[in-house]
Amino acid sequence: MRRIRRAAPILLAALAWTVPLPASGASQAARNSCGTITVAAASDLSNAMKEIAANYEKATGCAVRVSTGSSGNFLSQIENGAPFDVFFSADIAYPKKLETEGLAAPGSTVLYAVGKIVLWVRNDSRLDIAKGLAVLRDPSIQKIAIANPQHAPYGRAAEQALRGAGIYDVVKDRLVLGENIAQAAQFAESGNANAGIVALSLAQSPPLKDEGRYAAIPESLYTRIEQGAVVLRAAPNPQGARAFLDYFKSPEAVALLARYGFVLPENEKK
Amino acid sequence: MNWQAIALSLKLAFSVAAILLVAGMPIAYWVTFSRWRWKFLVEAVVALPLVLPPTVLGYYILVGLGPRNLPGRLWQSLFGHTLPFTFGGLLAASVLYSLPFAVQPFSAGFESVDRRLIEAAWTLGASRLATFFRVILPLSGAGAVTGVVLSFAHTIGEFGVVLMVGGNIPGVTRTISIDIYDQAQAGNYATANHTALLLLLFSFLVLSVIYGANRRALSLWRKL
Repeated sequence: MRRIRRAAPILLAALAWTVPLPASGASQAARNSCGTITVAAASDLSNAMKEIAANYEKATGCAVRVSTGSSGNFLSQIENGAPFDVFFSADIAYPKKLETEGLAAPGSTVLYAVGKIVLWVRNDSRLDIAKGLAVLRDPSIQKIAIANPQHAPYGRAAEQALRGAGIYDVVKDRLVLGENIAQAAQFAESGNANAGIVALSLAQSPPLKDEGRYAAIPESLYTRIEQGAVVLRAAPNPQGARAFLDYFKSPEAVALLARYGFVLPENEKK
Repeated sequence: MNWQAIALSLKLAFSVAAILLVAGMPIAYWVTFSRWRWKFLVEAVVALPLVLPPTVLGYYILVGLGPRNLPGRLWQSLFGHTLPFTFGGLLAASVLYSLPFAVQPFSAGFESVDRRLIEAAWTLGASRLATFFRVILPLSGAGAVTGVVLSFAHTIGEFGVVLMVGGNIPGVTRTISIDIYDQAQAGNYATANHTALLLLLFSFLVLSVIYGANRRALSLWRKL
């Protein structure tokens, strides 16, 4: 292990050689912190992260490798030694848990976005979703896809919203649980579920955007989905990771996230 | 410990083993005794699940048999719902997925029966069916037992297909392997560990009992 750690800078330098030189606009500082940045991102971020990573690669010449999946799964994997540099969770509680466990620097978690949930149906659905969650009472609806409330933040919000709307007991036997929010969206998008409660960010980008319509769910019905990110203590490339996390505060990244439906917190909270 | 998930997995595994015992026997018989020159194509199809990732089967069940495609629409008009998220869907997927685990040992068992005994039965006027039940099957018991036990055990251990098409409904599609995954994801390592340990012991016990009680099953397995 120690030998690997000592070899890491050499490996990184070797990697840097293989990365094409950045465009002339890239700053020297960014170039210095380069290498490969390995990102674990909640699946609601998948589309936005793909674009941000591509922009970042173009601007700095750093390679960004993104894994998307359920935040709960990433938490387990990181607790058990997964070699990610930075973790973008859909729930700020997870990076904070990593802080208390000593797997990330105390107080280093950044609130990077607030997520929202929406009710989504395919274009061929006759449901009048503008009426809100109450339309899910409709007996023609056999299956409603949500993410698993046990470990997916968007699933927890969906369950809260259904309870808040007073229809949880009516629909609970019709719920199908996606392993993460992207799978829940896929269940609804493929038509196997008649409706889905998904992340606004997914509803606003393809394929959901082209194949269906959505209605906002009142934010009073669920706890705000605060999304936090943190650089991991075991990060193979901590400098690159910090620079990448800083990039999320840049105007370009903020605008891009907003386009994907991530409302940004006015003031950064820790 | 999630007893509901355990009960569901047992129900699924017993159903799969029973279906494959009935449906796998004729297939194995045909594969063993047919002289058709294209037989290898059927053998390849039967063996496919040994090679295919579960996601391939999961994908076709979810999308191909989903309501957006013709086969799925036909299924929906016949049964009123699509296959994903139902016990029937899991059962269909598991039967397909465990097919080689039943058919191959059955076939190996039939193969081990002395050809002269079968031909003697035929010469003495026994029908093919009577020969099968009175000569072939009794002499290839080890293969039958191995096939049934392996398809049972393989179904208990199934994960990928269930994750993809199950929808994680308690009592319907939340099997024991999915439950362990959920517990691990939610950080409930103690619960995950209890269930995982139980499954480990159970699998070991089932296989030990079978191999211990029936040495011939072991020698058959080696032959495969």
